[in-house]
Amino acid sequence: MIERETMTPGAYVRGIGVLGPGIADWPSAAALLKGERPYAPAPTEAPPPAALPAAERRRTGATVRLALAAGLEALADAGLDAGARALATVFASSSGDGAICHEICSALASPERQISPTRFHNSVHNAASGYWSIALRDMAPSTALSAYDGSFAAGLIEALAQSGASGAPVLLIAYDTDYPEPLRAKRPMAGSFAAALLLDPRSSAGAHARLEVRLARDAADPLPEAPLEALRAGIPAARSLPLLKLISRRDSGCALLDYLEDLRLAVNVSPCP
Amino acid sequence: MKPLALTHYTATSAIGRGLGETLAALRAGRGGLAPCTFETAVLETCIGEVPGLDAVRVPAPLARFDCRNHRLALLALEQDGFGEAVRRCAARLGPARIGVLLGTSTSGMLETELAYRHRAPDGALPASFDYAATHNPYALGDFVRRALALEGPAAVISTACSSSAKVFAAAVRLMAAGLIDAAVVGGVDSLCLTTLYGFSALQLVARGPCRPFDLARDGISIGEGAAFALLERPGPDTGPGTITLTGFGESSDAYHMSSPHPDGLGAQAAMRQALACAGLEPGQIEYINLHGTGTPSNDSAEARAVAALFGAAVPVSSTKGATGHTLGAAGALEAVICALALRHGLLPGGLNTTAVDPGLELAYLTGNRAAPVTRVLSNSFGFGGSNCSLVLERRTEEPAHD
Repeated sequence: MIERETMTPGAYVRGIGVLGPGIADWPSAAALLKGERPYAPAPTEAPPPAALPAAERRRTGATVRLALAAGLEALADAGLDAGARALATVFASSSGDGAICHEICSALASPERQISPTRFHNSVHNAASGYWSIALRDMAPSTALSAYDGSFAAGLIEALAQSGASGAPVLLIAYDTDYPEPLRAKRPMAGSFAAALLLDPRSSAGAHARLEVRLARDAADPLPEAPLEALRAGIPAARSLPLLKLISRRDSGCALLDYLEDLRLAVNVSPCP
Repeated sequence: MKPLALTHYTATSAIGRGLGETLAALRAGRGGLAPCTFETAVLETCIGEVPGLDAVRVPAPLARFDCRNHRLALLALEQDGFGEAVRRCAARLGPARIGVLLGTSTSGMLETELAYRHRAPDGALPASFDYAATHNPYALGDFVRRALALEGPAAVISTACSSSAKVFAAAVRLMAAGLIDAAVVGGVDSLCLTTLYGFSALQLVARGPCRPFDLARDGISIGEGAAFALLERPGPDTGPGTITLTGFGESSDAYHMSSPHPDGLGAQAAMRQALACAGLEPGQIEYINLHGTGTPSNDSAEARAVAALFGAAVPVSSTKGATGHTLGAAGALEAVICALALRHGLLPGGLNTTAVDPGLELAYLTGNRAAPVTRVLSNSFGFGGSNCSLVLERRTEEPAHD
């Protein structure tokens, strides 16, 4: 039941998952964002999703693995097991799987035009959403959206609007993988990155912070540390880093995240006691 | 939910540009499917092509967005005074208070396919290829938001063939969250080789025009289309006859990436939620516009799901025999067809279906039926097991004021 509300969209962050270049998980990201360790970039390593049946697991590509790994970490961080049911999900990504897109376009430019059926169904933007629901045997609503470089902010808006409407937790998974050449030259990315937030309208023991969002027109916040700023500016899902930094430091404050060309998302963060 | 009014809406597909041509084609039982001669495709299948897209000119300030998908979007926005209606709404509410939520499955993919054919000897794509303005899924949202001079929140939902049904749900939520006061929702998907060859590789494409719910159905006919609606809270101008969105339901099959659950369990969940959201019992739905793709597995799973909830009496049909399967545009296109059904009392019969599969126990319409309906349901299901159902109603009395 949805009623018109005038309150600011918001929720508690109950669980976090992060995976990126040289960032193995949320504790590793938090240590980096708190300045407790130097940044040492390394290729992003996403494990094959153990929750999927073997046949499905073999069909997953790097993008699906990245999204599922971050989402599963957020569940575990929130103290939910992977058997948790009826958890709505929002998948936010600038584009689908770049390697699959390259393979399909290459095949279509060749005389034979042979496309693998599995590659084709894995090319949909909601592939990670589909595999997530299969892996978790969860029939809850799931969406997959894009707002180019602002996909994280668009996903956060949708996830907060959903949890506000349903009164139930929503898992946001933002993720991006880079393209192979020649698409990489047209859409360069600084590697692969995923950030997942389990957002709960209700407060709970162990919640990290409360978020409230509003639209803004000010410039987005860069990060003062050059390597982290390169990551933030270089991968759409890493546009979440200013928010993750406030959460990791248990600071109150406002993170201004990139959204659309003329809009930013202002996220007010208050740490939970 | 509190109903939202579709104060303006429009659709363009293989059966016509705008509501007038679409309604005339539905009334005449005229389909838009023809043997595939699209681009360089060599496939024995029929497609639902929108004629004249090559002649559409994207205005100079938006030149970098020029591609088949955005020409189709622009052509559709120009029908039925839709763009003008949005501009009037923006003048009233403020352009920052109107959201843009659109669905597509392949966005401007055709441009990328062509660019790959014109790679330089070193493999580089042509300089003219503009990734952000054509290929990226959000290119559609960016283009439409600019074309309508809107300044509110925007996103493109891309969940395969449920995409532009789910945008209605997303718009309801953004309005409930207080972020917007109105939304342009819709879907645009255009022909490209990826879907033509991809669905062929999956052996899901019909040889002739698709025959949803026919005993001899053998797959889909891919179509292209664009449909838009302006969603607003009901006000003094939305009296009897206004078409309203009163419910939506979303679910996941959690079963397989490209095959539906055989009993349509996910579809049932989406339909049940849509009814609950609208506060209706199954018996109050007077027509269902089926997803009805024409593949053996979709139609049998959907038939079981519909029968489990509604029984066998409610009139149902798929309009994909007329328009083809417009993929990411299908949800919005069929929502607009439902609006026409409500407004004109026309339940459109499904085309090309001559012998309804007796194993599918539904009242499938093979011819038009005149009936003054007030409550209808539209189904959209996609790869990845993504399901969405919408309930649309026609107001029959003065709305109660809040």
